[in-house]
Order: sequence, then C-alpha cells, then structure tokens
Amino acid sequence: MEKLLVVNNVSKVYGDYKALNNVSIEVEKGSIFGLLGPNGAGKTTLIRIINQITMPDTGSVILDGEPLQPHHIKYIGYLPEERGLYKTMKVGEQALYLAQLKGLSKQEAKERLKYWFDRLQIGDWWDKKIQELSKGMAQKIQFVVTVLHKPKLLIFDEPFSGFDPINANLIKDEILKLRDEGATVIFSTHRMESVEEMCDHIALIHKSNKILDGKLIDIKRQYRSNMFEIGLITTNHAAITASLKEKFEVFPATFKSINDELQYKVKVPDSVSTNDFVNYLTSQGQLTHFVEVIPSASDIFIETIQKN
Amino acid sequence: MNHLPLIIKREYLTKVRNKSFIIMTFLTPFIFIGIFALVAYLSSLNSDTVRKISILDDSGLFANEFNSSPHTQYKILHKVSLEEAKKETETEEINGLLYIPKTENLEDLSKEITFYSEDSPSLSMMSDINDMLERKVNTLKLKEAGIDSETIKNLHIDIRANQETFKGKETSKLGSGLKLAFGGAAGYLLFMFIIIYGNMIMRSVIEEKTSRVIEVIISSVKPRVLLLGKIFGTTLAGITQFLIWVVLILVLMTVVTSVFGIDPAAGSPSQQIIENSVDGGTQQILHDIMLEVNNLPLTNLIVMFILFFVGGYLLYASLYASVGAAVDSETDTQQFMMPILMPLILAVYVGFFTVMDNPHGTVSQVFSYIPFTSPVVMLMRIPFGVPIWQQIISVVILFGTFIGMVWFAAKIYRVGILMYGKKPTYKEIFKWLKY
Repeated sequence: MEKLLVVNNVSKVYGDYKALNNVSIEVEKGSIFGLLGPNGAGKTTLIRIINQITMPDTGSVILDGEPLQPHHIKYIGYLPEERGLYKTMKVGEQALYLAQLKGLSKQEAKERLKYWFDRLQIGDWWDKKIQELSKGMAQKIQFVVTVLHKPKLLIFDEPFSGFDPINANLIKDEILKLRDEGATVIFSTHRMESVEEMCDHIALIHKSNKILDGKLIDIKRQYRSNMFEIGLITTNHAAITASLKEKFEVFPATFKSINDELQYKVKVPDSVSTNDFVNYLTSQGQLTHFVEVIPSASDIFIETIQKN
Repeated sequence: MNHLPLIIKREYLTKVRNKSFIIMTFLTPFIFIGIFALVAYLSSLNSDTVRKISILDDSGLFANEFNSSPHTQYKILHKVSLEEAKKETETEEINGLLYIPKTENLEDLSKEITFYSEDSPSLSMMSDINDMLERKVNTLKLKEAGIDSETIKNLHIDIRANQETFKGKETSKLGSGLKLAFGGAAGYLLFMFIIIYGNMIMRSVIEEKTSRVIEVIISSVKPRVLLLGKIFGTTLAGITQFLIWVVLILVLMTVVTSVFGIDPAAGSPSQQIIENSVDGGTQQILHDIMLEVNNLPLTNLIVMFILFFVGGYLLYASLYASVGAAVDSETDTQQFMMPILMPLILAVYVGFFTVMDNPHGTVSQVFSYIPFTSPVVMLMRIPFGVPIWQQIISVVILFGTFIGMVWFAAKIYRVGILMYGKKPTYKEIFKWLKY
C-alpha cells in the first residue's frame, strides 16, 4: 500500500521535557489511522508537528513523497482538540475566511459551503453569530470548515466531543464517507469503541514513546489469548466443571442465553487445537455457545500501558 | 504570504464593525467637546463673578488709584475707624478690606498695608492689588527724587532681542512656541495612539486564545504572518478611528465656538505667545504665524513624523501582541505591562521636560537614539532642527529594532498562543525563545 504520511524518528524537547522520543509512524493512503495514548503522552505534539505548528528537533515528516513544506497546509485538514471559532463573527463569513486561509477562492469556498450546509441541514445558520449557536452546532461548523478544502489528509483530535449520539453518528458516517472518497484520516481519541469501529491501523504512544503500532486486526491477533467463551448443557454441572478446571484455566462468564447451561471462559493452551477442544466439549454435553474472546481495543490499550 | 491581506481585512472589519468601537468612535468627540465646553463655561462663570473690595485709605495717597472695573468693584470708605470698617466689610457681602495706614514716609507704608478677609484671598487678586500699590508708591518715590512721570515714560525702552541662527535664519519666541506645540503634539499623539491601539491588539490576541480558534488558524497560517496581520489590521482600524475623531472634533469645535461664542484659544499658551510677541492687528499676527510655520522644516517634519509614528507604533504593537500571547486573560497582563509602559512614560517625560528645556542637550540626544524612546523624543526635537544624519541613524535603529522585536514577539507568540491554563513567569517566557 502507498504511504501518504511517513514520520521518521521524530523527537521534540520542550525545555527539560521530552515530548516525543524517536517516534515513527506510517499512514497508508485511504486508511483511518488511530493515534492513541493516555493524556499527555505526546499525541498532540506529534499532530502539531504534522501540521507544521511546531517543528521537530530531529527527524523528518514526509507527506505524499515530499518532505513537509509550508505549502502542504492546504492538503491537510485539522480539527484540533482545543477548538473554537471567532464568537462575534457570523457563521458564513467565518467559514469563508477559514476556507480562504486554506487556499480556496472565495467563489469556490461559497459553492462548497452551500453544498455542506445543505447536506447537514444548517443552511439557515449562515447569518448567525457563533455565540448564538449551541456547542454542538458550532462543532458542526468546525467540522465543515475542516473538510471543506478536500484535504488529502484529515486529522481529527477527539472529533466527537461535544456531540450528542445522533450527531456523533452523523459525523462518524461523514468521516467514513470521506475515507471512501479517498481521504486519509488520522484519528486521535480516547473513545475506544469508535477506534474499534473505524480504525484500520493504530499506534499507541505512551510517555513520549511509541509502544505499539500496526493494523488493528494484526494487533488483535497478537493479543489473542486463546480464550473461548463456552456454553454447555450437561446433566452433571459439578463433575464437568471439575474436569474442565483440571485440564484448563477456567474463568467465570455470563452471557445471555435461553438455556440453563454452564457458562465459562476457558483458556486453551497452544498445544491443544481448537478442534480438539470442541471435540472434548461435545463429548461432555451439548455445546450451545462457542466464541473466541477477541481482545477489545480498550483491553489492548490498558494492557499495553500497564505493561510499560 | 498571500494570507496577509486576508488577515488584515478580517482584523480591520471585525474591529470596525464592533459595536463598542463604533460607539466610542462617535461618542468620544462629543465627550471631548462636552468637557471642553464645560471647562470654558465654568471658567467664564468664574471670571463673571464680581469681586468687591472695600478700601480704607488713611494716608490719602491712593484716592484716585482705585477705579472699579467690571470684574472688581472698589468701595472707598471715608472717615471710619479700622474696627468699624472691618465690621462693615464682614456684615456686607464684601470679599475683603484693604487698609492703608497714615505714615510718615513711604518705606514704612509698604510694610504696614494690610488686607483683611474672611479666608485667604486668591493669589491673582493679591498680586493685582500689590502691583497697583507698588506702581503708585514707585511713582511717588520717583517724584520725591525729583523725576516726573512724563520723563519716566519717555525713558522707558522696550527690548526684544532678535533671534537668529548661525545660518542666518531668523528665529523668534513665536517660532519656539510653535515648535514646542508641533513637537509636543506629535509626541503626545504617538503616545496616546500606542496606548489605545496597543491594548486593542493585545485584547484581540487574547480573544483568539480564549475562544480557542487559534490552533485552527495557526494550522493554516504562519504565526509571524498572523501577528503582522493583526498589527496592521488594528493599526488601520485605529487610523480610521483617529481620523474620524479629528474631523468630528474640528466640526464640533467650530459649531460650539460659533454657537456659544467661546474663544477656543483663550488662555492657551499659544495665545499668550501671540499676545506677547507682536503689537498690531490680528492680520499681522496671522501673517507672522504663517511665516513661522513656513520657517519650520515642514517636509522633514512630515516625513519623519510618518516614519517615527509608524516605526514606534509597530515596535510597541509587537510587544503588546506578545504580552497577549503569553497570558490567558486580560487580568494576567498586569505584570507584563510595566516593562512596556515604563520606556513609553520615560519618553514622554524626557520629551516634555528635557527636550523643551534643551532640545540638543546630551540627554535629549541619547534618548532620541534609543528605539523605545526615540519616536517620542525625536519627534519633539525635529522642529528645533536636528541634522539629517542623526535622524536617519535613529530611524534605522528604530526599524532594525522593530524587525528584531517581531522575531522575538513571533517566538513568544508561537509558543504562547498554544499554552493554556498557567500564568507564565518571565523565566518561562525566556525559555520559550529557545523552543
């Protein structure tokens, strides 16, 4: 896959504080890249470096094959976490201004704004001042302004904060749609369920270092623990439980079921194949439920941070 | 860099459309004229009141000296004792009693004249009375010595030294007054402009921080460009406001003076200078003023006014902007305002005291090279004639410092605008320069 953005060994020091230590990431074209990490890990610094707001002390950033240059700003759309708009300016004027700063002509900006405002059904806000809008409404404007110049690279830092679930979904769908149309998205958030839903690739930054990087699905494979959730109808619960516990590590589990059955999470050692395990279970009773426990992004996040 | 016009336009339009800006633009001239009219009215009230003074002249020497004028009425008391006179003066509404005792000779008289009043009389009234008495006693003494008043009059010669520079240009007291007025006005104007519009820039930087719009902007625009755009945009708004003020004040002034018949120049220093300088009609005075204005280095003055005004303002504006970037709210600006205001106030003091006293002294010269004081001080010196090379050096230093200051301010700005939540110390700001 072609890389849109390559960050090579970037370090940044603020005074005595090292904000980034030799961080490298590669973002594939047309993918959604999740940039994760606890508060203060250095995510925002990395994002600001990509946006050329701050310069790296060492290392380089390459966008679409070229080292990052000032004119690249028009290929990037950035929705910062600390965001806002001029409170006393009218919505339309403000959107036009910000679009023009990104290099659009006034006419072009007007046409695209009309398209987006119609699409999000916010056309009648054009002459309102930002201070008259609710936070969620202002966020919508901010989103439109971020994507208006059709950037190749979109960077969203906590894009859903301030949105109600309906609008959050709406924005999520818009982001996915932009990705489908060819945009590349870097996505920084603490909401693990949206990482799960949207990201193809994640990188985890902790205490200025990158500690995890890869395709989400690969990482999940890497973090799989051969744990299975099982439901088994038996005549003798106690005896079966005892023999299971003898052979495997067994953890309690609960899932919804209409049967009266044994419910467990069982960790199967590598030496036992899944088929053998299933055969063993069916020999003990009627197998009603068999699912591999896949580690969630949230589990991976917590586990990796704790390990480090 | 093509963002700059866009930013300037936005800054300008937001400022100019701002409600409080519009209100201030149109209200200030009215307030200004209102205060002016009030002061003029009050001082005319003051001079309208008639002073009443009763006089008990036992010596009989001053019988014909006290002529009542519209402002002062004298009541000559006859054949009463001092005690009776005091009582009468106190009961009637009379400001005071002047008692001139009968004495053997004039020396004693001068020591024994007494003015009685309920509370301390005004300085101007006392000096009026003293002058009058002195004149009379002097004449009397001269007469004693055998010189009559006619001879005295003929002997009196008025001296007014002609002033001329080495190059042969005539100078005059009137000219010096005009130069003071020009220099003072220019320096003071710059001072006011910096304070009013510097603050405006600072507020606009803080506003971008508090509304959190800054990171969005800064991802499209270089901080230096944004900083310059803000400074230029606000400056243009300031100039617009200033011009409207000047026009409105002139118009209102004309209206007020013609309607109420107040003489706007009455009592101002220039008026006094004019009165002192020339005998003759108003025509002559106007002619002299025009002559003096022509004598001023006008082209030099205008060119340098523009250069120093722009340079000085930009220098301070970038300082104000970096203060705005360093803090979170206007209340936190106090600790950083002092170092900005100090040189500015110093410049005005040096300008008004040292330069007026000696425009080409060492102190004046030194301060007209230091970039933080040179705009004000040099502007005040130029009307008195400063060699061109000195002016050029000063301008070069000023603009050089401005460029350095923009670099410095942009550094603070770049780091500061993204710092939230903590009040920075000088030490931290110094660190930011190295980021």
